[in-house]
Amino acid sequence: MHLLYSIFVDPFMQMGHAPDLLVQTLWDGLVSGVLYALIALGFVLIFKASGVFNFAQGIMVVFAALTLVGLNEHGVPAYVALALTVVVMLVLAVAVERAILRPLVNQPEIILFMATFGLTYVLIGLGELIFGGDPKVMISGELGLPSGSYRINMLGGYVQLQKIDIAAAIIASLMVAGLGIVFNRTRIGRALRAVADSHRAALSVGISLEQIWVVVWFAAGVVALATGIMWGARSNVSFALEIIALKALPVLILGGFTSIPGAIVGGLIIGVGEKMGEFYWGPLVGGGIESWFAYVIALVFLLFRPQGLFGERIIERL
Amino acid sequence: MFYREVGQYKTSYAADQALLPILQDRIGIAVILLIAFVAVPLTASNFALDSVLIPILVLSLAATGLNLLTGYTGLLSLGTGGFMGVGAFACYKLTTFFPNVNIIFLILCSGFFAAAIGTVFGLPSLRIKGFYLAVATLAAQFFLSWCFIRIPWLYNYNISASIEVPTKTMFGLAVTGPTASSVTRYLIVLSIVAALVLMAANLMRGRIGRTWMAVRDMDLAAELIGIRLYQTKLLAFAVSSFYCGVAGAMMVFLWLGNAESESFNINQSFLILFMVIIGGLGSLLGSFLGAALIWGLPIVLRHAPDYLGLHIRSATVDQSTFVILGVLIIFFLIVEPHGLARLWQIGKQKLRVWPFPY
Amino acid sequence: MRLKYLVLGAAVAGVIGASVPASEALAKDSMLVPLFTYRTGPFANSGIPIANGMHDYLSMLNARDGGIGGVKINVQECETQYKNEKGVECYDSFKSRHPLVINPYSTGITLALIPKASVDQIPILSMAYGLSASAVGADFPWIFNPPDTYWDGMSIALKYIAQKEGGGFDKLKGKTIGFIYFDGGYGREPIPLLNDFAKEYGFNVKMYPVPPPQMQSQSGLWLGVRRDRPDWMIMWGWGAMNPTAVQEAAKTGYPLDHFIGVWWSGSEDDARPAGAGGKGYLSMNFNAVGANYPAIKDIEKYVIAKGNSQTPKDMVGENFYNRGIMNAVVIAEAIRHAQKLTGKKVIDGADMRRGLETLKISEQRWKQIGLAGFGPPIHVTCADHNGHGSVYVQQWDGKKWVKVSDWIAPVKDKVMPLLDEAAKDYVGKNQPWPKRDEPCDDKTL
Repeated sequence: MHLLYSIFVDPFMQMGHAPDLLVQTLWDGLVSGVLYALIALGFVLIFKASGVFNFAQGIMVVFAALTLVGLNEHGVPAYVALALTVVVMLVLAVAVERAILRPLVNQPEIILFMATFGLTYVLIGLGELIFGGDPKVMISGELGLPSGSYRINMLGGYVQLQKIDIAAAIIASLMVAGLGIVFNRTRIGRALRAVADSHRAALSVGISLEQIWVVVWFAAGVVALATGIMWGARSNVSFALEIIALKALPVLILGGFTSIPGAIVGGLIIGVGEKMGEFYWGPLVGGGIESWFAYVIALVFLLFRPQGLFGERIIERL
Repeated sequence: MFYREVGQYKTSYAADQALLPILQDRIGIAVILLIAFVAVPLTASNFALDSVLIPILVLSLAATGLNLLTGYTGLLSLGTGGFMGVGAFACYKLTTFFPNVNIIFLILCSGFFAAAIGTVFGLPSLRIKGFYLAVATLAAQFFLSWCFIRIPWLYNYNISASIEVPTKTMFGLAVTGPTASSVTRYLIVLSIVAALVLMAANLMRGRIGRTWMAVRDMDLAAELIGIRLYQTKLLAFAVSSFYCGVAGAMMVFLWLGNAESESFNINQSFLILFMVIIGGLGSLLGSFLGAALIWGLPIVLRHAPDYLGLHIRSATVDQSTFVILGVLIIFFLIVEPHGLARLWQIGKQKLRVWPFPY
Repeated sequence: MRLKYLVLGAAVAGVIGASVPASEALAKDSMLVPLFTYRTGPFANSGIPIANGMHDYLSMLNARDGGIGGVKINVQECETQYKNEKGVECYDSFKSRHPLVINPYSTGITLALIPKASVDQIPILSMAYGLSASAVGADFPWIFNPPDTYWDGMSIALKYIAQKEGGGFDKLKGKTIGFIYFDGGYGREPIPLLNDFAKEYGFNVKMYPVPPPQMQSQSGLWLGVRRDRPDWMIMWGWGAMNPTAVQEAAKTGYPLDHFIGVWWSGSEDDARPAGAGGKGYLSMNFNAVGANYPAIKDIEKYVIAKGNSQTPKDMVGENFYNRGIMNAVVIAEAIRHAQKLTGKKVIDGADMRRGLETLKISEQRWKQIGLAGFGPPIHVTCADHNGHGSVYVQQWDGKKWVKVSDWIAPVKDKVMPLLDEAAKDYVGKNQPWPKRDEPCDDKTL
């Protein structure tokens, strides 16, 4: 009886008692949801266009942020470093296409998946060799990102909004909007969608798969850079971030591997769900349940809607 | 020329379905076993046994377990580390409950606990497959890791939240714990691994293995010919987890001598998956080759500079190891996507026709 | 064609692999001190400066004095990545080469090596980490963990808090103390002592565990802090968890001068990322910060200026770099003691154990080695392998650490019974545990 009470009644009583904390929890959830969504977005872009389950997306986040900070440490001005990092991501995209995708074309997906594991190792090693293994402080100030927070008094308490989080949300929205425009309005975007629908049909109308692959990996690299800057500004840039990137995986179950809106909405649901779970239900089992709670949300969701949020029924999941 | 089955006629179905139908194979396996059981213990150094051979054998068994699931049944799992942990913690609890029972028996028993847990976490496979299932098994990984630290009962309320291996003896000989000699532990690991892999090989050529492969190749068709998908998939999860659990128990009791929740983290799962894919999906030999490569290569790379007289900082060596390992993984996948086991098959083919090209 | 190359490659790899043991045979007339380090992986931020400090001090002794007692120290690093398997592998690769002492630098690896130490006759020095109970020399003759155990640390943190609240422990009554910890063996160890104190002095304890995968994502947990409003927070963090916690605390608006970290949560890299927000953060420490010591000047002169080190210039004098130096001092002093005790120049692991067991670094001795006031007096005895030294509290002023308290002694009468009980528990669970038959040298020195 007591257990039922503490599961089904008490958390909601708490929400009612301290509505400001509820709002704060929701906000924190949304912010981490945005970051999960960004990582998931990188996955989706690549999966859609090349059918590769890109495990290296997480390490690309770290690698991009590390390159940015590392260049800055070597005396390159922040914005130049940012531009150079974008170039590095482009080089990486070309290299991946040349060295991994092209030779492995037509292989089963699990082989491509493994190849991205190899890529992960290479990036970890390269990152540490070049920039050292010590964590770095994100150069958010130099990049013109705001710091500090707004404190809003409301609902008998207060809610604290970090400026950097607001910036993250805005940048993420701009990025998604930008990607949307690229996909829907440009030639290359149309080609990209054609490839996502059918490789062969796209090939037969003269779309260059190689070019498309470079484009999506580059786009995923830029998304990774944005994610890296945001997350780096929240804690710092270190290889431990890679583990956080795994959080994008339940987002993918929820949103589907091929749906960009799915990745975004899924990310927000997971972010909010896990913060709420940790905050209101976590204490029941001693807290610290964030590491797996997201997966439980995704699995429960899957029981009711196996095709995901925006997935089509025919895809190979049932 | 060396490897020719000409003249070896099979006159019965039994002979045709034998584990090793060709004489050369039988000789080869016998030689390998002879070397492993006799020559290695006599000659290998303690370092080779403790840090190379025992780990490779233990990891091979875990890889075999995952291979049964991923390679033979086509279900991708990233929860291997968690299932190994279940075996390890189960074995630890069993030794506290039954301190006088033979430790090898307990190690094998702990596999059943892993099998039970594995079956539970295999349930989502009824609804999803492919990468979606892989992500679902990650839930098992993270949840189990969390349990290993949050349920103090599992580690007997140890303050350090770790499990330590007490010294157990068999026929008056220390088998586990610090006083057990490397050779003893090596021989026990080798025997268990050999027995279980033999069992797996037999399983694979029998009805169960064939139903698994049918499910892997096309689940719809398998269902149509009367294979019950759910039971088959869950059985695959159970058997696979059994192997992983035994490997986990051996890892703690016969190799490291101590473990905590972090020993069975997500990286362990990934490592085993590497081994399976580099070694070759759907090949028992591949599990061994993959484990040997993934575990052995960093050790070789670590010691190579010393041996060649170069003085490279150990951290640099380690970082380069990452790069080299990554490049090698990609290289192997490009050269031979079917894994090292496939290379061996090609090699056999070459041996068969050598010295003529056809 | 391809296959041919592959076979060739495999053969070459095999040859190299087969010849690995050849490197094991090494000259026995130098003293091998392996340093287990982790310059890679998620804990590298804490690992790098410590590794540099240990390496540089010992190299300095080699360069300046020609080693210790005229014998060079053979310093060898082994990268563990903070992983237990790698640590055990490192241990196995050194075992046959007769190392003097092993520095695992990871609680997990220490736990794995403790049972092996007495069998292989290699002492293990886990400086203020590892198994607290191993301070009991009667049960763990081969393990040393000076200058403090985690229980000492927790008692000191509570003592400091009580002081700030205006006096003795009774001032803690009715207060709430939050404990944020790395959810693993390391972070859980001080909990029994914390609970004991809470029961005795009537304060509440709130637990905030950080699971290892969540190290860099703690916002949910800090919401809990905001809800529970603890009066003080104590942290047992490591690696990337520390800077994230300090940042989240600053973000949540938790007063940082009521947030106190253990000595492993007190590197510059832990506080710096929070920027101005990190000002006021407290942490315990038992080694001085700063480079203004003759011995450290010597390191700069003999090692760093010569390019024999990986240490960047601005790292010298940082907290964890100095922690590494302190660890090296303990090793070097123990070697000296062992040489004096045995009369041998080249000592082995068993001699080193005796040296560690009679280790005494007095204030005067600290001064003699050019590190006056650098650390607390350390006094290890046969029965007490720890010494339970004093610890001070430092505060981050936005740029550097500033010492803000005197040296505070641990509450030994609370810690000792817990230690004895824990040692008994460990020995009881690991039967048959070897009985100590190593004689004590206490009387001879």
